[in-house]
Amino acid sequence: MNLLSVSHLHVSFQIKKQELAALIDVSFTLNRGERIAIVGESGAGKSILGFSIVNLISKPGFIKSGSVKLEKKEITKMNLRQLQEVRGKRIAMIFQDPMMTLNPVITIGDQLVETIRSHTKITYKDARNIAIKKLQHVQISSPEKRFDQYPHELSGGMRQRVIIASVLLLNPDIIIADEPTTALDVTIQAEILQLLLSICHDNGVALILISHDLGVVSKVAERTLVMYAGRIVEEGPTLEIINDPQHPYTQGLLNALPQMTLPGQRLNQIQGSMPSLTERPTGCAFHPRCPYATEKCQQEQPNFIHSGVSSVSCFLVEDMVKEFSNQDLEINE
Amino acid sequence: MKNVKKDLLHPPLSGSRWHHIWSGFVGDKLAVLALLIFIFYCLVSFLAPLLAPFDINDPAFIDLINSEIAPSWISQDYRFLLGTDAQGRDLLSVILYGTRLSLTIGLCAVAIQATLGICIGLIAGYLGGRIDNFLMRCADIQLSFSNMMVAIVFLAIFQSIFGIAMYQQLAMVILILVIGLSEWPLFARTVRASVLAEKHQEYVDAARVMGISSKRIMFRHILPNTLSPILVIFTVQIANAIVAEAALSFLGLGMPVTEPSLGSLISDGFTYMFSGSWWICVIPSTTLIILILAMNMLGDWLRDHLNPKVYKD
Amino acid sequence: MNQPLIQINNLEKAFATKDSWFKQWRFQNGKFRHYKDNIHALNGVNLTIYKGETLCVVGETGCGKSTLARTIMGLTTPTSGEIHYLDQRIDHLNNKQRMLFRRQMQMVFQNPYASLNPRMTIYQTLNEPIAFHSPQLTRTEIDEKIDALLESVGISASSSDRYPHEFSGGQRQRISLARALSVEPDFIVADEPLSALDVSVQAQVLNLMMDKQEERNLSYLFITHDLAVVEHFATRVAVMYLGRICELAPTDDLFSRPKHPYTRALLSATPRLDSNATQPIKLIGEVPTPIEKPIGCVFQARCPYANQRCYSESPNMLLQSDSSSVACHAVEEERI
Repeated sequence: MNLLSVSHLHVSFQIKKQELAALIDVSFTLNRGERIAIVGESGAGKSILGFSIVNLISKPGFIKSGSVKLEKKEITKMNLRQLQEVRGKRIAMIFQDPMMTLNPVITIGDQLVETIRSHTKITYKDARNIAIKKLQHVQISSPEKRFDQYPHELSGGMRQRVIIASVLLLNPDIIIADEPTTALDVTIQAEILQLLLSICHDNGVALILISHDLGVVSKVAERTLVMYAGRIVEEGPTLEIINDPQHPYTQGLLNALPQMTLPGQRLNQIQGSMPSLTERPTGCAFHPRCPYATEKCQQEQPNFIHSGVSSVSCFLVEDMVKEFSNQDLEINE
Repeated sequence: MKNVKKDLLHPPLSGSRWHHIWSGFVGDKLAVLALLIFIFYCLVSFLAPLLAPFDINDPAFIDLINSEIAPSWISQDYRFLLGTDAQGRDLLSVILYGTRLSLTIGLCAVAIQATLGICIGLIAGYLGGRIDNFLMRCADIQLSFSNMMVAIVFLAIFQSIFGIAMYQQLAMVILILVIGLSEWPLFARTVRASVLAEKHQEYVDAARVMGISSKRIMFRHILPNTLSPILVIFTVQIANAIVAEAALSFLGLGMPVTEPSLGSLISDGFTYMFSGSWWICVIPSTTLIILILAMNMLGDWLRDHLNPKVYKD
Repeated sequence: MNQPLIQINNLEKAFATKDSWFKQWRFQNGKFRHYKDNIHALNGVNLTIYKGETLCVVGETGCGKSTLARTIMGLTTPTSGEIHYLDQRIDHLNNKQRMLFRRQMQMVFQNPYASLNPRMTIYQTLNEPIAFHSPQLTRTEIDEKIDALLESVGISASSSDRYPHEFSGGQRQRISLARALSVEPDFIVADEPLSALDVSVQAQVLNLMMDKQEERNLSYLFITHDLAVVEHFATRVAVMYLGRICELAPTDDLFSRPKHPYTRALLSATPRLDSNATQPIKLIGEVPTPIEKPIGCVFQARCPYANQRCYSESPNMLLQSDSSSVACHAVEEERI
């Protein structure tokens, strides 16, 4: 049974009289201990997806339809008390900016202790010991000293480690990490990713990594979902997606990376830009920018079909798959 | 500084800012009402000479025979719509001219406050260092004085040195100056705070790299970006200035009897409150209260809706 | 050979920390002494930028690359050292004297949301520098120039009366580039212009910058932390750490044969898409803030090869056999 199962999730924003669709028909599953990544650019809806999983979307956004099931429990229908049981304890979230999550006027030690004591009845001293052990676990040097420091006295990398420690205190089943290393330096980023990997591996915690950086994703995630304009356009094993992308957007995205062109040559850019919520094109949202777009792409929305080990939402691929399966039938006959 | 990539949690609004402020405004009925009231007051006071049934400067205006006539709906005397005061002056005319005076004093005084405060705030915020320190200490000293007390002392001294006659001629100008010069620190501090924030923005750096002079950067680049909080204060300060003038007039230090403002009307009428002629005090007071209320509501609405966070990314 | 456009010698810049006046006095040896804590952002930078080249400066937070950019452009004055532009010394000039150089040296900034004045239309933003530096042009000529400039960066001229918030991040960055190009400079400093943009948009803006370089024979000082962009775009690369340059080399040499321990760690830590990924070299500790003026090599605290000499003596930049320069005792002593 899947740990987390999201099916046909629709999230919209009510702005004045207009209803703008931010997420359209998003479905995916997550198994225990699995690490997946949600990749896309600004405006694709990946952060919204992350927030929707724990029902953190606030007005004017709302979950229009669809279901998010944690094992058998339906998260979209939970009341506040039930959600509080889920959030933190079963699904935890790490944000991009650690200063957003850490209270600047309370020492980090006290914040950790507060987390522990709000869920279990133990003394301050015991909670302090647990907190210090967790700080050690996330490879923070001299944890007793750090315990009494304020967030602003720590560097960005350290703060992110403290967040990871606080997230681990409650032993969640799933960690959603929303661009956890984007604001960090390259050397620190590598360490934090390594830390996340080892934690997920050792404790069997599932990871949903939201990122725009395919390099980061390739190091951490087993499966990747590529999002564009509120939909998942491609899904599959990370290596497969990187080495053999099927959807034209994924292809364009990978081709646009500087590594893919010889030094000094012009980069392969995708013309145009991601449509905003108010300017969604009809049919396939990518068709204005797609080099292979046909008239069908302008009018109809492609289905999400299997193509090899990945799933893609594209008429071009759909036609290719049909052709190959017809050929197979012909050969077999 | 690493920039946070904007993932659409709050989709950006298309169209110009002012279009949005306007549509938000029209949607908020209270704000429209407040603005209408204010416009009404401005129009009425501007057209006072045309609208007033009696000419306030006509010597025959003050006729003791007509004193203390109740408003028309009580006394059935339709010559004087809102009644007359203790000296026989038509209350409606006097209130019209009084509102005109109060509004003029309010607007001019705030214009002085704003100009002085904005310039000082800009210079202090942008240049920083010792100049900033010095100017802000001046502001602190100014703020530590009670404005009322300073105004009272100054006006009393002026009256005693130059005599009542001279004072009555210059009363409006002096009041405007006194009120205007007392509250500039409020503008200065607000502008300085905005400037300190804007000064480090990259568009200021871009202008400096272009070789644009400091003066032009301050007034052409930074000032427009500090306008939102200034607008809010502006409306509220007009209300405060009118009240300050009313208070001073109430104390006898404001406008002279021949050119009554709302404050002096209230002051004069106060003594008659309990002897039955309540209208001499109550009607001007109501006029003043409604005006101040409308200005404050406008200021409140502006503060809520000109919040730069909504429009700046 | 190319002539040197910018020459930087021993550039140092220290910022005074804004400690309260009280805290600046400390009791030591029986007397009150006045101390001022400084943040040493630049600790002796030597650099030459040649005409027509793209010099990329890479480094992490606190290495001083932004300070370097700002000092070159005259936004801050250096504490000591010299900056020359085509043999003329420019670091100590005041605003008036610098005016001539303002035309020739321009800058593009990191944050597309803050580098355009939100209260000025695009037309006004572009009009100001042109009208300011070329007062002899008529209104029609200026208008034509603005339209041509916008079209050349891929923004339709009809949208020149819109405000910045109506454009996307990538478009804003292109407008910033148009503004920089409006005075026809020879040299552009770009301070992380792509960091705030999406991947596909980065490609667009980078292509634009490359096109403009070819068109106008521009020289770039390109500051970034994205090594993929560096490998693609740079002629030479300078790696900075704590206010000093550790290694300066042509791009190919730097990426194929990195010499300085910090360069190696940096390259190994960058996540790459190719499967031949190496295990990242672990560095001890965090990136420190340069509060004390460093004695010895700036990298000593985190370097796995530091020895006694590294703690006491600061290494000089030594030219290697393959035209790269490295400042490292271990490399000099051939310990690595």
